[in-house]
Amino acid sequence: MSYLHDAYVWVNDPDNWRGDHGVPSLLLEHLRITAVSVVAAGVVALPIGVLLGHVRRGGPATVALTNLTRAVPVLAVLTILATTPVGFGDRASEFALALFAAPLLLANAYVGMRGVDPELVEASRGMGMSEGQLLLRVELPIALPLLAAGIRTAVVQVIATATIAALVGGGGLGVLINEGLSTQRYGETVAGGFLVALLAVVAELALAGVQRWVTPKGLAGAR
Amino acid sequence: MASSAPNPWFDWGYVRDNRQDILSALEHHVTLTVETVVIATLVALPLAVLARRRRWLRGPLLGVAGVLYTIPSLAFFAVLAPWSGIGARTVLIGLVVYALLILIRNTLVGLDGVPDDVREAARGLGYGPVRMLLQVELPVALPAVLTGIRLATVSTVALVTVGVVVGYGGLGQLILRGFNNNFYRAEIFTNSLLCVLLALVLDLLLLGASRLLTPWARGRA
Repeated sequence: MSYLHDAYVWVNDPDNWRGDHGVPSLLLEHLRITAVSVVAAGVVALPIGVLLGHVRRGGPATVALTNLTRAVPVLAVLTILATTPVGFGDRASEFALALFAAPLLLANAYVGMRGVDPELVEASRGMGMSEGQLLLRVELPIALPLLAAGIRTAVVQVIATATIAALVGGGGLGVLINEGLSTQRYGETVAGGFLVALLAVVAELALAGVQRWVTPKGLAGAR
Repeated sequence: MASSAPNPWFDWGYVRDNRQDILSALEHHVTLTVETVVIATLVALPLAVLARRRRWLRGPLLGVAGVLYTIPSLAFFAVLAPWSGIGARTVLIGLVVYALLILIRNTLVGLDGVPDDVREAARGLGYGPVRMLLQVELPVALPAVLTGIRLATVSTVALVTVGVVVGYGGLGQLILRGFNNNFYRAEIFTNSLLCVLLALVLDLLLLGASRLLTPWARGRA
């Protein structure tokens, strides 16, 4: 249990909370990397997923793409990027994490849109809705819970995966884990691990709250 | 490691000179993956069956597995390392935990999908709880269970690489070595590619196995 004690001591050392290398600045860096990569992935992947779901095409390709990306280790993408002009550091982390998050967002957007009852779509068209109206007023609100679930999974997984960036010179809370391991001061490693885990769980709870808040009233309880 | 001037993405020379290293890393990778999936399946199946029988267990079980899943793999390996040592055991424990959620969730979905009238009919034929489970429920749930095993296998192959942090990352070991070796591209790229190929091969093998095991599901999925 002495590592837990070491971790406790480490967390309570004010020196570890100051400066560029302190917990707050690493935490901020971690959040910034997460935000940039999820937003970048979302800007590209969500419209594509929504559109494919709307026209109800490309299902097998979407599924195959998401399954294939599961097999690509983020560590590999990060190291490969380091040998290209992208280099390493935060920019490379964001790029690699966006690549990692995009298929998750794409798949959930597609599945959500595709899951809208075809009879409902038929009925809306019958009522004279234009494609745009159908998309914005019927399909998107119904698909929203799954879209939100996709974003939630992506954020949590990116927070978790961002730690790996530290192995190849990136920043964020992973730095603590890595540093503790390489100097065999496991207290720091354990503290870093707990901080990241805590961040992931807090993010998950916060996003679950947001999801409940944005779900249309009539659909509450549907998922 | 000689870094030849052009430092190409792929180099047969690298593969030839380092055949031993590559093969042993691959072997570690396969062993860890197979052990993980087998152990996780042996733990997840009974848990899922139990959660199906005892409704109140379901929430806590999925909840705990879900929270464990949100913990970053690197953090998990790192936090485990001081206790379970630097080595394969630490990686194995971590990987099993990650595979559990996928497997429990899929098995539950499969068991939930057994139609009530099928159960009713089996009960009418005099099936007891054990026969019901083995001859009716599990076979019907099998496609969902197998899908879970495929997902777990593929993501385990990718996660093994993170084990590099405690010295047991299989191919990840060589990927990171290439990074530390002045960005030796051929080493990084060859081993990354091997990772993806390994995942694809295992996935195809499992797909084949699941087609053989569930002939009735063919043509539907």
